[in-house]
Amino acid sequence: MKKRKGEQKNMISLVVDDVVYTTRSNKMHSLRKPYKPINANIIKSFMPGNIQKVFVRKGQNVKEGTELCVLEAMKMKNVILSPADGTIKRINIKEGDIVPKNHPLVELK
Amino acid sequence: MSIKQKTLDLKQRMQNALQGGGAKAIEKQVAMGKMTARERIVSLLDPNSFHEYDLFVEHAAKDFDMDKKHLPGDGVITGTGTISGFPVCIYAQDFTVAGGSLGLMHARKIGKIMDHAMKLKIPIIGINDSGGARIQEGVNSLAGYGEIFYRNTQASGVIPQISVILGPCAGGAVYSPALTDFVFVVDKISKMFITGPEVIRSVLGEEISMEELGGARVHSEISGNAHFFSESEAECFQKIKKLISYIPWSNKRKAAPFPKKAPKTKQYRIENIIPTDPREPYDVRDVIKSISDDSEFFEVQELYAANMVVGFGRLNGQTVGFVANQPLILAGVLDVDSSDKAARFIRFCDAFNIPLVTLVDLPGYLPGIDQEHSGVIRHGAKILYSYSEATVPKLTIILRKAYGGGYIAMCSRHLKADFVFAWPTAEIAVMGPEGAANIIFRHEIMNSPNPEETRHRKVEEYKKKFANPYVAAAHGYIDAVIEPSESRRFLLHALEISAEKDEKGPEKKHGVPPF
Repeated sequence: MKKRKGEQKNMISLVVDDVVYTTRSNKMHSLRKPYKPINANIIKSFMPGNIQKVFVRKGQNVKEGTELCVLEAMKMKNVILSPADGTIKRINIKEGDIVPKNHPLVELK
Repeated sequence: MSIKQKTLDLKQRMQNALQGGGAKAIEKQVAMGKMTARERIVSLLDPNSFHEYDLFVEHAAKDFDMDKKHLPGDGVITGTGTISGFPVCIYAQDFTVAGGSLGLMHARKIGKIMDHAMKLKIPIIGINDSGGARIQEGVNSLAGYGEIFYRNTQASGVIPQISVILGPCAGGAVYSPALTDFVFVVDKISKMFITGPEVIRSVLGEEISMEELGGARVHSEISGNAHFFSESEAECFQKIKKLISYIPWSNKRKAAPFPKKAPKTKQYRIENIIPTDPREPYDVRDVIKSISDDSEFFEVQELYAANMVVGFGRLNGQTVGFVANQPLILAGVLDVDSSDKAARFIRFCDAFNIPLVTLVDLPGYLPGIDQEHSGVIRHGAKILYSYSEATVPKLTIILRKAYGGGYIAMCSRHLKADFVFAWPTAEIAVMGPEGAANIIFRHEIMNSPNPEETRHRKVEEYKKKFANPYVAAAHGYIDAVIEPSESRRFLLHALEISAEKDEKGPEKKHGVPPF
């Protein structure tokens, strides 16, 4: 009604079933992050914590089950194992680092 | 001692207890921009209606020199009173006494006043302002929390439970508010979290302020833990009073009737609110206000998942719960958060004998990877569950589009709505015309010499045939197609004749909703 003109600002287009709707976003919708496909070669921290030890170096060949590092979180020392055979392509952490959840620790190739 | 002396002695004892944590602590409380616990109770309740109990309760803890500490009222004030004449039980944690920390006797006082509320079948209001567990009391403090949570759960659906967060509410303490029906927060005063900024700093090395982590705005806009956001404690108390006026004392009653009032039809012209093009936005709250008594609408969770609007209004003086899609925000789609929000509100209304009025205008569920991965299936199911389970009068008006799963979910005939009305602008179809035409006529469009032109023609064909309320009406899924201006009249009549509705589901211990 009266407010219509002001409402035209901040408008987005939202497509549902091929229909384009003119509408506004809400907080949660505007905060959402774009999806990234899962890359099985990147080993990520399953919870936040600090890196107590790193056992491998770049270029090293590892087997499934090789110990990569120790992630200490909530007073538990979690040994992170390699999920597959491969070569260490990159190490993103060093001992003493504090990492958030889902932080890429080690990349395999 | 004479009676006079004994009375004097009582007065002296009361005087001491009423000091709370003493002048210095009160000064600190005021410096934080907060009222004291007793001031809060007094401003919320009717003048002179507060009656305090357990003023002389004291803790019996011994460890860590606790036996040398005297904590007046053990840090919590409990009692009964009235709000606009309606009786309530109330407690307020007193931050000036040992930081409002919760020990065994503190918890027992809360438990006792909750038991009263349950016996008397009147609402319970809890004002939270506490540093958390009283560590010196160890496991007894945990026991205290557990007994409060148990009572919250037992009371759920029996008496309305209101939580007011006016200070910190951290760790386990947050779960009492989380179990209650409505949580009130105040900007810059309320702080709720499980693990505070310090833990986050030491575990993650990340800096975040209390406000950013668990302030009033966060819980109102992002987490959905809070239902009412206020700028000040005074505004917050006004909102609580308003809420109390809309809800019944218990599940054995109906909300108190108010004098009938017509909507302000000059300000809210129902026939001019919605654009006929289903892709255009408008504010559905204007439709609610064009229908409700005095055009009043008391919105719940206004800032959270605003693509769904829920709240209370009155029809001929009787409280109803409005549930409406909001085309202004995300085209009014159902998504994870809006489904949660609506489902909880529907269950509250059903538990407390408040009829439901549903206004439908939505394109369906929100598409997206984030939605699928955050469980739009199980969250979306909650709204189906709540509507299907509800036995209060269920009245639905389809304003404009009602497509696909969204049509079913929004209290359709199929979920046993009592009355389903539709405006002539309603479009009840399996999906939006564009999408439907693209599927049904795919080959025809692809094989045509001019696909775009064919697509356009087919969409128009589909619109003409299906984008209306009459197909659904022909099947009896709609009870009446009505002019927008007749909405209130139809709702009033439907409510009137549903007054004695007595529907019972099959006997069971309880259902298993998709939590």
